[in-house]
Amino acid sequence: MDFSFLDVYKESFIHGFLTTIEVSIVALILSLVLGVIIAVFRISRVKPLEWFGTAYVEFFRNTPLVIQIFFFYFGLPSIGIDLSKFMVASFGLAIYTSAFIAEAVRAGIQSVNKGQMEAARSSGLSYIQAMWHVILPQAFKIIVPPLGNQFINLVKNSSVLALIAGGDIMYAADEAAVDYDVIPIYIFVACLYLVLTIPLSLIVNFMERRWAKQGSR
Amino acid sequence: MDFQVIFTKPNLLFLLDGLLVTLEVALLAIVFSFVFGTILGILRYTKIPVLSHLAILYIEVIRNIPFLLVIFFGYFGLKQLDIDLPITTSVIISMTIFTSSLIAEIVRSGLNSVDRGQTEAARAQGLSYIQTLWHIIMPQGFKRTIPPMVSQFVSLIKDTSLAVAISLPELTHNAQIIYNKNFNATIPLLLTVAVIYFVINYGLSQLSRKLEKVLSVY
Repeated sequence: MDFSFLDVYKESFIHGFLTTIEVSIVALILSLVLGVIIAVFRISRVKPLEWFGTAYVEFFRNTPLVIQIFFFYFGLPSIGIDLSKFMVASFGLAIYTSAFIAEAVRAGIQSVNKGQMEAARSSGLSYIQAMWHVILPQAFKIIVPPLGNQFINLVKNSSVLALIAGGDIMYAADEAAVDYDVIPIYIFVACLYLVLTIPLSLIVNFMERRWAKQGSR
Repeated sequence: MDFQVIFTKPNLLFLLDGLLVTLEVALLAIVFSFVFGTILGILRYTKIPVLSHLAILYIEVIRNIPFLLVIFFGYFGLKQLDIDLPITTSVIISMTIFTSSLIAEIVRSGLNSVDRGQTEAARAQGLSYIQTLWHIIMPQGFKRTIPPMVSQFVSLIKDTSLAVAISLPELTHNAQIIYNKNFNATIPLLLTVAVIYFVINYGLSQLSRKLEKVLSVY
């Protein structure tokens, strides 16, 4: 196994590794915000909001991430909107992931007993207050493990950045593959991703097991 | 924005060609990864020394790396080892390798969800371990795996679009070739292709919901 490509491409890989982390974190934050909003839309009693939430979730869950990224990268410039690659990647990943997060959040919220909302509302809390102070804290433990899985998927999915020369880990691999044997490069890249994903997946497993023992509350 | 470009005969046929490749690759990969993933999942469930450990290693490594990397391995990696496969075969193999690790976890958690008392009762009746697994655990466990399995297959269909990276002539790739020549048709083409994927995947999800209802009799 010849890992001499590292002598030349060390910088690219470090930069790629950091870009992957950066894009994943920015996309995670954006997708959490979007996901919670869409989840609240989906369970809202205002029909147009509910329809919008459902359409959003179903559309983005059922179309490929590649198409969404291409839409931002190739589609928008064709009507004169130019975004940086970093923005394309963050928005693309965030929109795709938010559809899944919305589903996880919705399932969590709906697992909280209906009486909780009724009690909170009749105590004089507004809908938003009741959601924020009463329902979401209880739903939290049910929501977090699937969110962890979505974050792992997000890190893996950020590799589509390579398709638009986005400077992530996979892109560094693509660059190095031009002059060196690909198998050692791919093994090295696999290790870089595992360094990111395995700890996350251990944390998710730990939370699932611990919270499953405690029951849902 | 130019929607006209899509509706010329050669372009429509070209997109159709791409769709057929997408469907062919997806269908074969679904069948293979179902079989391979089920075997892996059962191996992990049984806790047979060595074999189950190998299954765990395989599952944990493969499902924690990006699918795109598996595609590159299956295409450029094998090429370097002088294994020259047709591109379609290579993608089907990569998809099977990747998806079976995820199917294996679904199968395992389905099997784990069956109450332990079932195994104990069956063994006490004199069934062997294999008989218990086959006649008692698997039929009960598999029912619960249908919804997550279908959503995994939906992911697989979406993931075929990643093969655009190695220029597999599938739907996304063919759309890209058309809009590279017709800049103004970029958005219309991406929207059209998105709708095609949506119809297939949404249809599949709805079907699985129906199936779930039919099967959840007990």
